[in-house]
Amino acid sequence: MFKEVFDQHSWEEVKSSIYAKTSADVERALAKEKRALEDFKALISPAALPYLEQMARLSQAATRKRFGKTIQMYVPLYLSNECQNICTYCAFSLDNKIRRRTLTNAEILQEIAVLKQMGYDHVLLVTGEANHTVGVPYLKNAIELVRPYFSHISMEVQPLYQDEYEILMAAGLNTVLVYQETYHQDNYKIHHPKGNKSNFNYRLATPDRLGKAGIHKMGLGVLIGLEDWRTDCFYTALHLNYLEKTYWQTKYSISFPRLRPIEVGTIDNTALKSFATYMSDKELVQLICAYRLFNEEVELSMSTRESEKFRNHIIKLGITSISAGSKTNPGGYAVAPQSLEQFEISDERSPQEIAQMIRQQGYEPVWKDWDHALEISKKL
Amino acid sequence: MLETSALTIAGKTFSSRLFTGTGKFNAAALMEDALLASGSELVTVALKRIDLGGKQDDILSHLNHPQFSLLPNTSGVRTAKEAVFAAQLAREALETNWLKLEIHPDPKYLLPDPIETLKAAQELVKLGFIVLPYVHADPVLCKHLEEAGTAAVMPLGAPIGSNKGLRTRDLLEIIIEQSKIPVVVDAGIGAPSHAAEALEIGADAVLVNTAIAVSENPVQMALAFKLAVEAGRMAFEAKLAPTKNFAEASSPLTAFLED
Repeated sequence: MFKEVFDQHSWEEVKSSIYAKTSADVERALAKEKRALEDFKALISPAALPYLEQMARLSQAATRKRFGKTIQMYVPLYLSNECQNICTYCAFSLDNKIRRRTLTNAEILQEIAVLKQMGYDHVLLVTGEANHTVGVPYLKNAIELVRPYFSHISMEVQPLYQDEYEILMAAGLNTVLVYQETYHQDNYKIHHPKGNKSNFNYRLATPDRLGKAGIHKMGLGVLIGLEDWRTDCFYTALHLNYLEKTYWQTKYSISFPRLRPIEVGTIDNTALKSFATYMSDKELVQLICAYRLFNEEVELSMSTRESEKFRNHIIKLGITSISAGSKTNPGGYAVAPQSLEQFEISDERSPQEIAQMIRQQGYEPVWKDWDHALEISKKL
Repeated sequence: MLETSALTIAGKTFSSRLFTGTGKFNAAALMEDALLASGSELVTVALKRIDLGGKQDDILSHLNHPQFSLLPNTSGVRTAKEAVFAAQLAREALETNWLKLEIHPDPKYLLPDPIETLKAAQELVKLGFIVLPYVHADPVLCKHLEEAGTAAVMPLGAPIGSNKGLRTRDLLEIIIEQSKIPVVVDAGIGAPSHAAEALEIGADAVLVNTAIAVSENPVQMALAFKLAVEAGRMAFEAKLAPTKNFAEASSPLTAFLED
């Protein structure tokens, strides 16, 4: 279990070793063909910032070699904003007085119709955590409902048990995203004071449960802005390293959702205003390139949280998938477009506009890259 | 111009010994131009990328040329069972019983699983498929596959997408020496010189994708591969002069016999 690896790395020691990296460490890391965790530390350290252009060049070449000149397209479908957790940064937090909605079958179908019109074939189902109303039976039903329309179904919901994942995989689930939010064990409790989500260790073991269930792909990440991003992203890399060796038949992707100052203003909660660190655009590029130089095979995913300009330029630097035209409120595409979004998106261009932008950069937007036909549940 | 001999696999004759892939291109139209320039007659397509239901698929519509035969591949499957299921869907959707069998349960390096591949090959041959399995450069495995009835074997030159060339050359030479079925070097061929080398050592064909798709000018690179494959084959048929480490001007060790 990852916990054993995790316990061997103290936050403070990791943090100080990252900040102690020198330009010599960075140059050594850049010169290597295969890079280890210590090299990753150097590449995310402040010492690597002057090497950004070189990192970007290497990242671009490595990404093209593995993924070609293609970018995968996906879109989130929010099914519910009911949530029993308090998360200090989230609009769906239990203590936030908003109208709660969980989509019915008819409403899900209405939303799907819009997504299909946009051209999507890969959907990401998203919910809060409300186990009584949005538990495994609800999720299984939703997966069965959307399956005929999409060749790749991803899910980002509360952590589940292994047997529950197996049930959903048999129903057609291909990928699960589960972000640790932060690997800072003490402060995790401050960001997640109430609800099942406040159990750090249960969340930390989720990728192990997914791996044991034999999931096709899983997505990792931290919420950048909660704690020191460099340290948190080192733990993400450490986690990835462990998972690749342990659950070697599973594919992995990494996301890097960044808390933005603009989100603070949208929710009436003072705790939101004190991010531990603010990550600049330059640092986000550094992180993306560092992930790529550390691991040439991992998928890197970019959401609509980022600005138009940033997304235009990041296409060529190492990412492999992108969402577009996203709504982060249940019913946002057709049923209830006016309801409160989980987070404010920055890039409001339509999927077709994004696809056009990708083509203009000399890349091909890929809508379909999986097929249910290729996956037979272990249980059959 | 001197003609080289044609290649026959499962009764089908190919004048081009360059097989190509369709992934990683930045536009389907560019892929089409590059594949046409390559002269390739056998083009592999990933089931996961194509729309198995509709006929409006973007990739397939650009492969609609009489010279292209399609070779569906099972990229993405992790077991023999999944491969057999996918093969049947491919046969139905693309109306061909040709199949590039690839089973790589390891999504990181996409290395083929020899055990599952042999199991699937045995099953698929019974089901009437023309099976071209992607495998490690393992001479014993290749003999087992031949005995199972595969139409060719496709051993790797280096890890897929690595562009590193014939890192497995010693083993490929054994496979070529022992094989009664065509040997197609698949994966790892990163430059026309690698392709020429494969043909020179007697490989029957090569399959190239990344090196063409990811180059700055895929059409020109496709043509370069076409020429390299032709040159390599021609050299093989002309019989290369043996390599020597030193000049042999006289015979100092045995000259006394002539005294």
